[in-house]
Amino acid sequence: MTEEPAYALFPDTEAQRAPSSAPEVPREPILRLTDVGKTYRSGSLTVEALRGVTLTVDEGDFVAIMGPSGSGKSTLMHILGCLDVPTTGAYRLAGEDVSAMRESQLADVRNRRIGFVFQQFNLLATMSAWRNVELPLVYAGLSRPERKARALASLARVGLADRVDHRPGELSGGQQQRVSVARALVTDPQLLLADEPTGNLDSASTEDVLALFDELNDQGRTIVIITHEQDVADRAHRSVQIRDGRFIDAAAVHTRVGSGR
Amino acid sequence: MSWLETLRTAYDAIRTRRMRSALTMLGILIGIAAVMLTVGLGQGAQQQVASQIDKLGSNLLIVSPGSTTSLTGVRGGRGSATTLTTADAVMLADPSVAPDVKAVAPTSTTQASLTADGTNWTTSVVGTTPSWPEVRARTLSSGRFFTAEELADAQTEAVLGQTTAQELFGARDPVGQQVSIGSQPFTVIGVLATVGSTVGGDQDDQAVVPATTYADVVSPGAGTSVSSIYLEAAGQDVLSAAYQEADNALLTSHGVSATDADFTLSSQQSIVQTATSTSRTLTVLLGGIAAISLLVGGIGVMNIMLVSVTERIREIGLRKALGATPRVIRRQFLTEASLLGLAGGVLGLLLGVLGAAFLPSLIGQPVTVSTVAAVAAIAISVVIGVVAGVYPASRAARLSPIDALRSE
Repeated sequence: MTEEPAYALFPDTEAQRAPSSAPEVPREPILRLTDVGKTYRSGSLTVEALRGVTLTVDEGDFVAIMGPSGSGKSTLMHILGCLDVPTTGAYRLAGEDVSAMRESQLADVRNRRIGFVFQQFNLLATMSAWRNVELPLVYAGLSRPERKARALASLARVGLADRVDHRPGELSGGQQQRVSVARALVTDPQLLLADEPTGNLDSASTEDVLALFDELNDQGRTIVIITHEQDVADRAHRSVQIRDGRFIDAAAVHTRVGSGR
Repeated sequence: MSWLETLRTAYDAIRTRRMRSALTMLGILIGIAAVMLTVGLGQGAQQQVASQIDKLGSNLLIVSPGSTTSLTGVRGGRGSATTLTTADAVMLADPSVAPDVKAVAPTSTTQASLTADGTNWTTSVVGTTPSWPEVRARTLSSGRFFTAEELADAQTEAVLGQTTAQELFGARDPVGQQVSIGSQPFTVIGVLATVGSTVGGDQDDQAVVPATTYADVVSPGAGTSVSSIYLEAAGQDVLSAAYQEADNALLTSHGVSATDADFTLSSQQSIVQTATSTSRTLTVLLGGIAAISLLVGGIGVMNIMLVSVTERIREIGLRKALGATPRVIRRQFLTEASLLGLAGGVLGLLLGVLGAAFLPSLIGQPVTVSTVAAVAAIAISVVIGVVAGVYPASRAARLSPIDALRSE
């Protein structure tokens, strides 16, 4: 996981980008949205949730998407997470065109390429931490011993090696969110997609989880975080603002230079 | 996702909702047990009837007198005719007339009062020939049956059934004792071995006397007519041949065509069918009611699965987000429903087997549980689970992961 430390530390600097991207084979970005639109119809009512959004996220990037409620950021998150498909435009995830995929194909893409972290944690209350973490691997078709080994490793990675048999109800909010980060990481996905990951946490736990994100990003993990909190967005390399289904102020995107640690 | 994993997930889901799962299973359990017991009861009753009829004698054919219409138009019921005579019995016993008939026993029966040493007992008195024990498959527990010579001489000798002997003589040995039928004294020469009740009444409560004596002193008004003629075919394989021969011989000797025959020839088979058709009707009726309770159990499974889908909508959304395809979700809920059905079925089977073991001592009726019924019970309960699971499972599979995750 630490094979490209230079990137992770200074991902936005041209100088650092050059050595590893061979000039004749340009690297495909992890995420490329081209003029994506999403329209919901309910009866005679038509809602344009997204109106032509273009976004590119390279490997090792850490992007915050900010916007108030009703701005379309949830819709954007669903499309980024392959939970929904765009009405217009194209979406390529790790080189794969996912904008016209069937539901079962999308399920496969979600399983292999995306790790979700939700505001509500979404852990299954009846299962222990490690059983929660192994869940994506069940759908990937791995054997039980292999699943357990990877789930335990992933929990150790987020610092919960001593809590693997605890149920979600026996863990604090911050610990629960770390379990869900462990679950997101267990499939070693190309993209970590976090939807208001600190929305239900107190400030100490928030700091805890955000530090974990920093660390993962430093190790080369690509992260897209959806938030309405400025101090959360400040941790990202860059942030984009969404209003009324469009990115605004594209030229003035906030760019964090260097490591925040 | 492997089948084993699907099963494990379904088992976990059932286990974590113990109370609800148990109640859901209860519906199937009761239904399966009820169906098994009613069907078992019906089968037991049919077997009982069949074994009783077997006791009448093996390869038995029975000729009874037919219905009558007098010259004045008064019509009598079946058996009222006096057209069957000892002459018919003699003719049927002739090997050249009916080669496949092995033995013939004409019988006449009447109710009479028997007295011995001041004790009296009213029972059926049967007048017949020495071939009667063979044809009716009866043996003697003591003494002997009367012989052809004694029949020809119209000896006043009687063979008593076990019950009759018990009632008249108590613990004493009846053989050699005197018994009066009407006012005529008879000597008891034998006692029949017990066979129990059959469809024809208590076969242990009767007194058998020679046909000639019967006609002379017991029922003098009957003349040569008999109430039925029992025929024994030479074997199971020639039973229908014997039937044809006897039928043709009787039609010819009575000078009638088959449409206005003055006698009825029935086989053991047809008696079994008549007797079992009643209990079969009852079985179907009760089984139908039990099947409805099973159906209600199935609806219970469906209801619970629908509740389960609604309740676990976030879990379904999460599983989908983590990579479960609609197919996998559908399979998971179908497996859960069929597991509920299977568990209910297995428990219902156990209850049914237990009931079959204890019920007979309570109601005095045999209950038969066949392997076929057991396998069918399990299969039916799984099918009910699957059918009940189809709709809830496809609803779960169709849920959009976004809506499912968003719901509170």
